[in-house]
Amino acid sequence: MNIVVCVKQIPDPATPGALDGSTHALKRDGKLILDESDGYGVEMALQLVTTAGSGEVSIVSMAPNGEMSGMRTALAMGAAKGVLVSDPALAGSDALTTAKVLAAAIQKMGAADLIIAATESSDGYTGTVPEQIAEVLGLPSVTFAKKVEISNGVLKADRQSEAGYDEVECPLPALISVTAGVVEPRYPSFKGIMAAKAKPIETFTASDLGVSPAGWAGAGQKIVSVVQAEARQAGEVIEDDGTAFNKIVSFLENLKVI
Amino acid sequence: MAINSVWVFSQAAGGAPTTGTLELLTKARSLTSNVVAFVGGDASAIAGVLGEYGATKVYATGDLAGKLPGPAVSAAMKAIIDGGDSPSVILFPQNYEGRDTMSRLSVKLNRTVLTNNIDIADSADGVVATTPIFGGNSLVTAAFTGEGPHLVSFRPKSFAAESASGAAAAVVAAPVPELGSTGTAKVLAVHLEESSGPKLDEAAVVVSGGRGLGEASSYSLVEDLAKLLKGAPGASRAIVDAGWVPYSYQVGQTGKVVKPAVYIAAGISGATQHMVGMKGSKTIIAINKDKEAPIFGVADLGIVGDVHKVLPQLIELLKSRG
Repeated sequence: MNIVVCVKQIPDPATPGALDGSTHALKRDGKLILDESDGYGVEMALQLVTTAGSGEVSIVSMAPNGEMSGMRTALAMGAAKGVLVSDPALAGSDALTTAKVLAAAIQKMGAADLIIAATESSDGYTGTVPEQIAEVLGLPSVTFAKKVEISNGVLKADRQSEAGYDEVECPLPALISVTAGVVEPRYPSFKGIMAAKAKPIETFTASDLGVSPAGWAGAGQKIVSVVQAEARQAGEVIEDDGTAFNKIVSFLENLKVI
Repeated sequence: MAINSVWVFSQAAGGAPTTGTLELLTKARSLTSNVVAFVGGDASAIAGVLGEYGATKVYATGDLAGKLPGPAVSAAMKAIIDGGDSPSVILFPQNYEGRDTMSRLSVKLNRTVLTNNIDIADSADGVVATTPIFGGNSLVTAAFTGEGPHLVSFRPKSFAAESASGAAAAVVAAPVPELGSTGTAKVLAVHLEESSGPKLDEAAVVVSGGRGLGEASSYSLVEDLAKLLKGAPGASRAIVDAGWVPYSYQVGQTGKVVKPAVYIAAGISGATQHMVGMKGSKTIIAINKDKEAPIFGVADLGIVGDVHKVLPQLIELLKSRG
């Protein structure tokens, strides 16, 4: 069972985001970390390979500036190797170009039985890349999977739906996107962190992959304005002295909710 | 470029078009008189309502026979477009089926996508769509620079659904072509998570709980209060990820968008991810131990206190009033 996990390295969500003044793109010039959403996919892949008894987990990522620190986190969790597509010409790529690049990288990595991604990144949250990769590679997919099992080359997953969930069966090779909480991501051990430093990360450019980089010009979209939204005003804030519940009740009465 | 025709990815639940579908049809007819509803499934029972809300034609794939809508409906759309009927814009809901179908179609047509939007317009810059970022603090408007059909998705409740009193729309078959390997995933069983009381995204009152509840068993306080107020219980992403409540309870960027008359946030600090889903509520009441919690910045009434004390007192008083 060979599994490729698509991971994204993003600016630390704990620091306030900012847009570049000229391109209006999210600033990504600081240190990048592994998107928290991707921890679930990496963990799921590690568990599936363990259950299968053979194979390995590889990770693939795309970043314009050669950043690898987030990928090292996934390697420290237990992934065997990584591929980074790094090319300044890819800056400003839209989701479709990103999917084409990642699909080309996955093909170059050799035969994968399964490709795993998060349902969406925490910084851009376009949420289309996994399904676009599946379409580029001509694969079936199960998106929004919240429980995954593989036996005899067939994947069974519970797929989130508006009203509950669907049980879906899918032959391999396939792509799945997994929701947060699908498994509990392990913390990298000290040994894992040390080992990750020696694990290989191969780097490709867009032209190595035979993908013509689209970047800003080819994105098919451009930002025409960024404005401040109307801010909501804060109301009354009181410290609970043991009677605040009365205040809530009279508030609800005024609103005619009760 | 002018918008000549708009398709709306249309869904049904329980034999009726979803509210999200009617919202998008309402917006579509403000852009053009040529509005087409595209249904992944059988449309005979819903063509009347789709027409009432502005669709002049309905494309329907017929029963998908367990195929996932993403590959199937996108292939049916591609076949109609290749056949010569190509819309200027296709509107999708920002939900599971909408996202999958739009993603597959974007590859088939080699078109970019604009997602998570709350508005669309035909402007001097071309077709533009607006999306909130940084928890809704900024609004970004982007234009499509290439050829149509332009693929755009919208957050729920971006538009108010209004009937146009239109006549029933004619249903035209849009069969799903042979899908090959992309169509091999099959739905074996459908599970509905039954919930009593109003639906989270339609309730007039929503009571949500977060990590401040401390442990999963305390979530019953949220459920009890919601029930007493004839509302729906919701949750922050933190406690959904922790497995306390199902994903269907989640309010926020990756969950449901709610705009109730009253939103009560209990033990929720107000992460950006959560605020996106509830900031549109008419009135917000927040209870949190930390007086610096961002949730107080948007609350009409903020109580700095312990949810384990305030909620039981509140529940007791409401119960005694009957």
